[in-house]
Amino acid sequence: MSTQYATFALAGHLFGVEVRRVQEVLTEQPRTPAPLAPRAVAGLINLRGQVVTALDLRRRLGMPDRAEGQAAMNVVVRAAEEVWSLLVDSIGGVIEAADATFEPPPDTLSGPIRELIRGAYKLDDALLLVLDVDKALEIEDALTA
Amino acid sequence: MDDMDEIVQEFLVESYENLDQLDSDLVALEQQPGSRELLASVFRTIHTIKGTSGFLAFSRLESVAHVGENLLARLRDGQLVMTPVTTDVLLRMVDTIRALLASIEENGAEASVEVDQVVAAIRAVLDGEEPVLPAADGAGVEVASVPAEAPAAQAPAAQAPVAEVPVVEAPVEVPVAEAPADVPAEAPAVEVPVEVPVAEAPAVVEVPAPVAEVPAAPASAAPAAPTGGAAPSEKASAAEATIRVDVELLESLVRQAGELVLARNQILQRAGALRDEDLTRACHRLNLVASEMQETVMRTRMQAIDHLWSKLPRVVRDLGNMLGRKIKLEMEGGDTELDRTLLEAVKDPLTHIVRNAVDHGIESPETRRAAGKNEVGTLKLRAAHEGGQVVVEIRDDGKGIDPAVIGSKALEKGLVSAAKLEALTPNDILQFLFLPGFSTAAKVTNVSGRGVGMDVVKTNIERIGGSVDVESVVGQGTVWRLRIPLTLAIVPALTVECAGQRYAMPQVNLLELVSLDTERMSKAIEDVGGAKVYRLRGALLPLIRLEEALELKRPTGAEMPTNLVIAVLECDGRRFGLLVDRVLDTEEIVVKPLSGALKAIGAYAGATILGDGRVSLILDVQSLARRTMRADGLEHVAAEAATAAAATGEGQRLLVVGLGDDRRVAIPLDVVTRLEEFKTDSIERVGRREVVRYRGEILPLVRLSNHLGSMRGFDEPELTALPGVVYSARGRSVAIVVDEIVDIVSGQDARSDIDDAGLVGSAVIRDRVTELLDVRAAILAADPHFFSEQAQNEFAAASSRLGV
Repeated sequence: MSTQYATFALAGHLFGVEVRRVQEVLTEQPRTPAPLAPRAVAGLINLRGQVVTALDLRRRLGMPDRAEGQAAMNVVVRAAEEVWSLLVDSIGGVIEAADATFEPPPDTLSGPIRELIRGAYKLDDALLLVLDVDKALEIEDALTA
Repeated sequence: MDDMDEIVQEFLVESYENLDQLDSDLVALEQQPGSRELLASVFRTIHTIKGTSGFLAFSRLESVAHVGENLLARLRDGQLVMTPVTTDVLLRMVDTIRALLASIEENGAEASVEVDQVVAAIRAVLDGEEPVLPAADGAGVEVASVPAEAPAAQAPAAQAPVAEVPVVEAPVEVPVAEAPADVPAEAPAVEVPVEVPVAEAPAVVEVPAPVAEVPAAPASAAPAAPTGGAAPSEKASAAEATIRVDVELLESLVRQAGELVLARNQILQRAGALRDEDLTRACHRLNLVASEMQETVMRTRMQAIDHLWSKLPRVVRDLGNMLGRKIKLEMEGGDTELDRTLLEAVKDPLTHIVRNAVDHGIESPETRRAAGKNEVGTLKLRAAHEGGQVVVEIRDDGKGIDPAVIGSKALEKGLVSAAKLEALTPNDILQFLFLPGFSTAAKVTNVSGRGVGMDVVKTNIERIGGSVDVESVVGQGTVWRLRIPLTLAIVPALTVECAGQRYAMPQVNLLELVSLDTERMSKAIEDVGGAKVYRLRGALLPLIRLEEALELKRPTGAEMPTNLVIAVLECDGRRFGLLVDRVLDTEEIVVKPLSGALKAIGAYAGATILGDGRVSLILDVQSLARRTMRADGLEHVAAEAATAAAATGEGQRLLVVGLGDDRRVAIPLDVVTRLEEFKTDSIERVGRREVVRYRGEILPLVRLSNHLGSMRGFDEPELTALPGVVYSARGRSVAIVVDEIVDIVSGQDARSDIDDAGLVGSAVIRDRVTELLDVRAAILAADPHFFSEQAQNEFAAASSRLGV
């Protein structure tokens, strides 16, 4: 058995989200900042008339911010009843990962990233880290924490 | 059908749909007799039909639905168990209801349909007896459904009923005696007729169709109507004139229409630049079509307020009966339309107010007679469009609300001080009704006073951008007025800019805009105990800087705005000013929901997409105010304004300052030009006098504690900054330094002439004895020449000699 993942890069890591969760992928979009929002909320974007909250995955995962001027790509995902956009560095292709190569998060991982990763696929040339989308979007708790 | 009342029409559409559901529910119920869910659903349907038919005065329909409801209630509560007989009786009830509906649809009356038999049958089941079921006419129709719906267990009991069955065709022999007997034995799932006065026994054999489908179209069904209530087939059934559409679908349509309008705007802009005539014409058309489409789409979400009101006659009737009130309910403007989501939101508040009016408003007939009123009380509902809003009025001619009672209750609950209460107008006092935890019911009845108070009503109405107020005349009645926006989706809003970002705020809350240039700004915005205020026509307006409230950061190096705008807002009866950089525009915005994470912040009511396609946040001014200001501070500034308004003429506004030893001194606000903080190290001496450098001037200064001989020693260690009151007149200023700025109040409770040096008397202010400052003496203590004309020159000369 295998699962399909839409992949993207974040600070040199390869991440994946199950393909069925991804609605679309967009280039950099103008964002309206949301003052007082948790730091990881990068703002709001207009997705064909729908207001979508953008989550900066780098911040959410506790990574350093993107370099000034580096465009952020939008991976639009469906959550429970909302649509979110995940800001990532660049978009990769869709990868079919064999379940046999899946492993829980490596011990070397620490920090917020460990909590938000379901595990990793050992690909030939890289590790594909599987993002737990729902957990990543649970930022209300992160707000109070 | 033209002359048919619209309400009846809608009732029919709704009922037909419900009945279709009911058929399948009932049959499903037979498969799983224990399903509470199904029972509840069936119960609801019948309950609705019963309620509405009662209201529409279809008494036969009501009587059928009523007994049906009783039976269902027992089943639902587990007092009776679902048996095939029950199902049967219930299905027959459905048929009868269908026939009644068909009759109503056809000729507006139900008279031609016989219902007694069904009612009797249901009663029999209720009483635990064997029901006597009437037969259906039209054996052909019946036969098809027979095998499926007839309960097996009852089959052998094909007894008495048959005899009375008004079967139209075919002589009835005691029906199918063997067949039913066999069937249950071999196939318990297949049910066999009980009521079945099957006309032609063989048909049962030939048509085994186990389909439980009771015919859907009332025209062909009408089985229990022996007198022939079949609707003429050439008339379209009411159900066909409208269809039900998923709200989701409508909503996405609304969204797309909005998008279309945005796209149109962009195209229009480009086309205007091209000067191509054909293109312009095409654009024009696009423009028209898009606008119309948007409007139409919006209308699909609108519903007449009748939808809510239709439930009220019953509420009023039942409640009136229970409480022994005689009430006439009048309704006006039921066709007023508003957005369905709003309708839903208004439902509970409206019902609550109506119940309240019946319970607390309208008196018992005896009381009314004694008061010389008609013993039948009138409760009048009125809805109308007014200035882009829907106003719903609930007016009763009952005993009214006594401000004195409300006032003393508020006092008792510590919601207000006696002094403050004194100054409030009766109407202000009534507003206490909307405070949380305020219930006037002397005793809690099961009608009202169940914890759902007027505060909840108010909160709910305000949540949808509406407002509620009450007026009452003791002995004559009360009017509750709900103001509801037409639609939630589109809101007139003001767009403002702050720190480079645009924000929208609903115009409902906006009272006025005050523009301030930087010049005036520094003077106009004053500081009272750390809170910024602005004097708006004499009243103090607490200010919130949007920049601070949202913790906005201006890009480094960005220019500070040269002027600011105060948006004067009112919500929850409080008035405050929101300081922004710039007002951009007023526009109608489409409110979009926010994700939970942003909602949780409590500063935004939603988001919108502005003309250029960028997202803008909609400020939740109510929560902003709550977040930013200490609630009590706001409260009393608002109360202040009310008090001041109430006591114009008599009330002098006073600045209360504190001195050491807990002394309170009041200074008339008229002589307060500014409140300042003076750095202790900027206070210097000129001879025996103290002066302070202030805005490039030398300001003579008096320490009030010294002036009034406070116990506090002059040499005590001091704070690094001291608050002071600056008074300016004719280009001269003096500063009166105090220990603490306490408050601004208006009016005083008791005044006496007990005084001392430097005072003009004393008064009780906010339950404290406060000394009234002799301002003139204090100023002279700082600057003996203040009031003399020549002094000005002398002072200037002195300054120049000092080289300042």
